[in-house]
Amino acid sequence: MSVKILENLCNGCGACVDKCPFGAVEIVAGIAKFKDNCTGCGVCGKACPNKAIEVTRKAKKTPENKLDAYQGVWVFIEQRNGKIDTVALELLSEGRKLANELEVELAGVLLGENVGELAKECFAYGAEKVYLIDAPVFKDYRTDPYTTAICELINSYKPEIVLFGATNNGRDFAARIGVRITTGLTADCTQLSIDPETRLLRQTRPAFGGNVMATILCQNHRPQMATVRPKVMKMAEPDYTRTGEIIRYQSSVKEEDVTTKIMDIVKNLGHSVNLQDAEIVVSGGRGIGGPEHYHLIMELAEALGGVAGASRVAVDSGWVPHERQVGQTGKTVSPKLYVACGISGAIQHQAGMKTSEIIVAINTDPEAPIFSIATYGIVGDLHKIVPLLTQKIKELKLKATA
Amino acid sequence: MEIVVCIKQVPDTTEVKIDPVKNTLIRDGVPSIVNPTDECAAEAAIRIKEQYGGKVTVLAMGPPMAATALRKCLAMGADEAILISDFAFAGADTWATSYSLAKAIEHVGKPDLIFCGKQAIDGDTGQVGPGIAEHLGLSQTTYVQKIREVHPDYLVVERAFEGGFEVIKVKLPAVITVDKNIEPRYPSVKGSIKASRTGITTWNAKDIKASPEKTGLNGSTTQVAQVFNPEVKFTSEMLKGKNEEELCDLLIGKFKEREIL
Repeated sequence: MSVKILENLCNGCGACVDKCPFGAVEIVAGIAKFKDNCTGCGVCGKACPNKAIEVTRKAKKTPENKLDAYQGVWVFIEQRNGKIDTVALELLSEGRKLANELEVELAGVLLGENVGELAKECFAYGAEKVYLIDAPVFKDYRTDPYTTAICELINSYKPEIVLFGATNNGRDFAARIGVRITTGLTADCTQLSIDPETRLLRQTRPAFGGNVMATILCQNHRPQMATVRPKVMKMAEPDYTRTGEIIRYQSSVKEEDVTTKIMDIVKNLGHSVNLQDAEIVVSGGRGIGGPEHYHLIMELAEALGGVAGASRVAVDSGWVPHERQVGQTGKTVSPKLYVACGISGAIQHQAGMKTSEIIVAINTDPEAPIFSIATYGIVGDLHKIVPLLTQKIKELKLKATA
Repeated sequence: MEIVVCIKQVPDTTEVKIDPVKNTLIRDGVPSIVNPTDECAAEAAIRIKEQYGGKVTVLAMGPPMAATALRKCLAMGADEAILISDFAFAGADTWATSYSLAKAIEHVGKPDLIFCGKQAIDGDTGQVGPGIAEHLGLSQTTYVQKIREVHPDYLVVERAFEGGFEVIKVKLPAVITVDKNIEPRYPSVKGSIKASRTGITTWNAKDIKASPEKTGLNGSTTQVAQVFNPEVKFTSEMLKGKNEEELCDLLIGKFKEREIL
């Protein structure tokens, strides 16, 4: 998109200045002007009462028959040691809905060594077809062989939509595939839908630091590709009576062409933090003030029977390990109760937790954005409130068991 | 070793506040910073140069003000800085951005290593690093948390995945994207003085022989159909009490009501 001010119509009312999500419009000598940081998003166009901002949605048309050759919805089935990553099952569930709407097939794309058995699970979650590329070179994920194999498969069978889990592997090669076959890829979508008129995939995601939402289209290239973060889409109930067709594909990839070697795979030992499955999450942010106070958050989480999380600020400051980060760049959680302590609530944090059923915010700043999404808000010092709350909850639980 | 580091200047999103009345962002006075993991990428490159010799060139695409971000990397210890800046680059998605940066890298020469941050905090896509690698036809290793060994024709690195890491040997030349485990240094006073005296090379689309069909809006494979503020459908209740004691009791009451306790 691009934007242009029609100076003869602009009366400098400033409606665009108020509405701009980026503060990229200013009034100079009674006329609106775009600053350097204008992203051309077009929000101002709608805001202008005088129709003085021209928004051009530029999209060159590719001959439709060329695009029409692409049909069907694919989901990349990420697996590690013969176990399917749950995000792939979530995407099959979501892909099923998209395929139904388009009245096309849903297929899983499965790469690995001796992984044919996993096709059953793909069928149970809604796939009608599984493209299986099974060879030793695909045993563990590596960028080059996986990219080449999937590009070959896309060029042979021409799907209209391909979905990937936004895992480190999914994001690693999806971008490469997009460049190699010249098509668009939208990262970390939080919502997918089909435009009934154009049959285009509407890919919605937090944009510009998660401060606004954007709906992205890939109009002139196929397939339309998106990555989706784990736990964003709901997993359907599997139906193991369902069956489907397995299409074996021989890729041209050879081990000697691969420029990377995996020398070792090291799994994190010890207790891993399972934020995403927790019913209750208690998180701490800038307001905790330092690593020495994080135990307050841990203790409240424990008293409530939940898991402790953190905001990006707390993690970036080195107070809390990264595995506990909630937000657009951390984990997406959707617990029954989310308690935000000393977290201002930047929209990128909200992106990771705002679907929680009950949100409690404790913050000293009454104007913190977190209060706008909180079910219950408390303006106060977490250092006083949190330990007291922990103590009271513990006492209550003791009494209940006595 | 010849190293290029791609960086991006981004608004410091942790500083963004929301106007409580209009429910819009307050952008005034939000500082611009070097994207955090891009600083880590610069650090990784500078460490290799310090140990094994060579040259570090930092590269950014953006408006003229992005020069400030490049200067920060010069102050950290990079040798040269290049800004590619042109209206032709405006409105680029990750496809077109990675194309333009790849063209600029080709114009620099044939580096042994290209470092990027794992993702920018404004776009959060993580797609530009792999995109550059593909445009240049190079190997890539993303989400690198540690560089274990440096050899003239390969690196051994630790690449993070959910629940662990892989130890990977990657042939050079390659594109490496790093996460925030590689802690960036603070620029020294001497470094800052040197940086302020180092010129920044600016190239436009023509200089780097970028095809107008592949840059900016023209080269973008995706289009933004709509931008909107996230829906606000929350009903907030502020709990009021005389002291912490009362506030805690009120909240516990709510927890009981909602069957949390």
